[in-house]
Amino acid sequence: MTAEAAAMTGISPRDAERYEEKEFGFWLYLMSDAIIFSLLFATYLVMVGNTAGGPTGKELFSIERASGETLALLLSSTTFGLAAVALSAADRSKVLIWLAVTFLLGACFIFLEIGEFRGMIAQGAGPERSGFLSGFFTLVGTHGLHVSVGLLWILVMIGQVLFKGLTAPVASRLMRLGLFWHFLDIIWVVIFSVVYLPGLL
Amino acid sequence: MDIIFGRLTIDSLPFYSAIAASGAAITVLGALSVAGVITYFGAWRLVLFDWVSSLDHKKIGIMYIMVALVMLMRGFIDAAMMRSQQAIAFNNDGYLPPSHFDQIFSSHGTIMIFFMAMPFLSGLINLVMPQQIGSRDVAFPFMNSISLWLTTAGAGLVLISLVIGKFSTAGWTGYPPYSESQFTPGVGVDYWLWAVLISGIGSTMTGINFLVTIIKCRAPGMYLTRMPLFTWTVFVTSILMIFAFPALTVACGMLVLDRTLGFHFFTNAMGGNMMNYINLFWLWGHPEVYILILPAFGVFSEVVAVFSQKRLFGYISLVLATMAIGLLSFTVWLHHFFTMGSSAKVNSFFGTMTTIIAVPTGVKVFDWLFTIFRGRIIFKTPMLFTLGFLVTFTIGGLSGVLLALPPVDYLMHNTTFLIAHFHNVIIPGVLFGYLAGYMFWFPKAFGFKLNDKWGAWSFWCWIIGFYLAFMPLYVLGFLGMPRRMEHYDIAAWQPHLIVAAIGAFIIFLGIVCLGVQLWVSIRDRNQLLDLTGDPWNGRSLEWATSSPAAPYNFAVLPQVQSVDAWWDMKERGVAYQRPDRYEPITLPKNTFISAFIGGVGFVFGFAMIWYIWWLAVLCLVLIAGAIIVRASDDDSDYTISADEVKAIEDARFAQLAKAPKNEMEDEPGFAGFPAPEAST
Repeated sequence: MTAEAAAMTGISPRDAERYEEKEFGFWLYLMSDAIIFSLLFATYLVMVGNTAGGPTGKELFSIERASGETLALLLSSTTFGLAAVALSAADRSKVLIWLAVTFLLGACFIFLEIGEFRGMIAQGAGPERSGFLSGFFTLVGTHGLHVSVGLLWILVMIGQVLFKGLTAPVASRLMRLGLFWHFLDIIWVVIFSVVYLPGLL
Repeated sequence: MDIIFGRLTIDSLPFYSAIAASGAAITVLGALSVAGVITYFGAWRLVLFDWVSSLDHKKIGIMYIMVALVMLMRGFIDAAMMRSQQAIAFNNDGYLPPSHFDQIFSSHGTIMIFFMAMPFLSGLINLVMPQQIGSRDVAFPFMNSISLWLTTAGAGLVLISLVIGKFSTAGWTGYPPYSESQFTPGVGVDYWLWAVLISGIGSTMTGINFLVTIIKCRAPGMYLTRMPLFTWTVFVTSILMIFAFPALTVACGMLVLDRTLGFHFFTNAMGGNMMNYINLFWLWGHPEVYILILPAFGVFSEVVAVFSQKRLFGYISLVLATMAIGLLSFTVWLHHFFTMGSSAKVNSFFGTMTTIIAVPTGVKVFDWLFTIFRGRIIFKTPMLFTLGFLVTFTIGGLSGVLLALPPVDYLMHNTTFLIAHFHNVIIPGVLFGYLAGYMFWFPKAFGFKLNDKWGAWSFWCWIIGFYLAFMPLYVLGFLGMPRRMEHYDIAAWQPHLIVAAIGAFIIFLGIVCLGVQLWVSIRDRNQLLDLTGDPWNGRSLEWATSSPAAPYNFAVLPQVQSVDAWWDMKERGVAYQRPDRYEPITLPKNTFISAFIGGVGFVFGFAMIWYIWWLAVLCLVLIAGAIIVRASDDDSDYTISADEVKAIEDARFAQLAKAPKNEMEDEPGFAGFPAPEAST
């Protein structure tokens, strides 16, 4: 993609190298973030039985809500892909539209998640209830926090596309945002399979 | 709780005890006197516009090392207080009350690991590594500066805990459940947590930065297999940083959640699991040991070759040993808590892995010895530190192999034998390495050498003081003395503790010598000038630049054809060649945004420690805003025109022309410069 962007705007080889360095650095950050998530997963699995007489996942999780969240996030990954396609076609308005749709789907996910958290806390199943719930809220909450940062990033990029156009630095940032967004999607798939499915079965 | 000030009250000021108040006074006076000196010399513009806002990796490196040296002094004062307390506290209370003694051993470990060793290593790497690989900068200069200021913010939190509130009493490892709010309310553990968290984020970014730099920014011909050993160790250390620091972030983040929001990760009741903290902590903690020591091994590898005037013995085996250590460092963490009660199988696995890690380390020791063997040794101070390291570190390594055996560890766990062991590897291994690097590369940073006589004095004080201070602790461990004792009633311990205190005093003299060395060298800098940029007849590319190096390091990127690239260029007679013409060079502009983020990070930590929620939220908004502003700035570089480059290089070659002969020629045993006719 960087190559297309380069061809599009005629950037210097030195700049192309720098976008490549940034992309590689961002991959390393994602690997480091993946370690954070894997340790949170490990902690969750260690603590999943430590309910301290409180509610278990079976009583708390709702397959409908978890599926809704999954649907919103997976769809948002698709729409981000469409934004990337529009980027390589240098179609600015389509990039903007798909970014906006991605933002809405991500916001939808966060809205559902906040509702889920509020519901649990309202029935006395907040993170301070048991080790299990501490692990649950931290793992899922950390992912939610990442998605929220991603939403802010999407807004900033919509602003940059509006005011700067699809310049090479903007295109390079959009590519990294894409990596981030898809990475969060993968983490969510693991959360769904490790937290919600076994909890409900 | 107050909505404006959280739990911060006037009682947080240290007027409850004379010792605490004087510690606070020294901290405040230290800060004021630095500000006073800057004002006296009218240097605020220089400090702010040339240094604080600088994105030049060499200046960032120097600032890191300044932080490290200041924190070395603070950490040493803690050590001296502990040694003197234990020397006198037989059958009496000594002069330190228990809560104060506990704060001191906690801050000593925290400072020495996080705010002395880590900045020292980041500083040396920043200063040297880009020049060694023939690069003009690190890959991400702005992020580099953020890392520096986040580390400084963490150090600042530790320092300010002396003035406002108290520091942790839970040791540098902060084990729960003691460190939970149930047993340790108050701000001490929170100071520790936020200092470690904020600087840890900086370290993760540093690791990413160095790794990308090494992989993507090498000069033409600088293949991985031609990289200097120091750069190789940085390569492995960076990987360890990227993959180990998240574990520290997770462990400390969970403890913050427990303490601040009442979560139950590590509590006694409600389904908490305190051993999970200890697992996570050492999952970072053991690789951390190698994060610290590998770059020191790199320094020794450079120093030993230069001052033995020989090619490094066993380059490939050293590289492979470094990688093996990096890999194995993730497989030994459980040896920090054999007594947790894992099954014999688990303990013997980790015991075996720990013993195995001594093998690549031994390979390295033999490689260094063979480099010295039949070399013509020049006894400059960095070489003295290297020789002292080889002997002393081997003893420490052997006591480590002893502790790696679970049955032995059951006897020795938590005794001063352990303290003796890890100081015996960390002081000669890490600190001697960094000090050797400091004296070796000082001319590269400032353009003049450090006084060698005072350096040698410092070395002898350090090594004699070290043996006196720590050998008795081995004996005390066998006598059954637990670590961290504020007072005791066993008469047999006291003589050893008095010897240890004398050792600490001699180390203090070593630190004084370091100060005198710096002072004398700055005073006599005109006699110590390094006009060639290559004061030691060096072998790697950092000696190809001028001292101090130009902002762009290399006017023309060097073409590398061999290991020991600079030596090879001198041999082929292509060193100091002028190109036909110069090209313009693009470099990052200075910016205050990174220092701003570090400053706000400090305030954020302070707000979280004292539960001043509105301030914490405000800080997060400011940080996000600063990042967005920076990310929207597509004009963050400036260009040095070809004419300016030519002017700088003209001055450099004029200086070379009038350089007197290299001082190494006067050294007894000097084996000669590489010359074209000498090559075969």
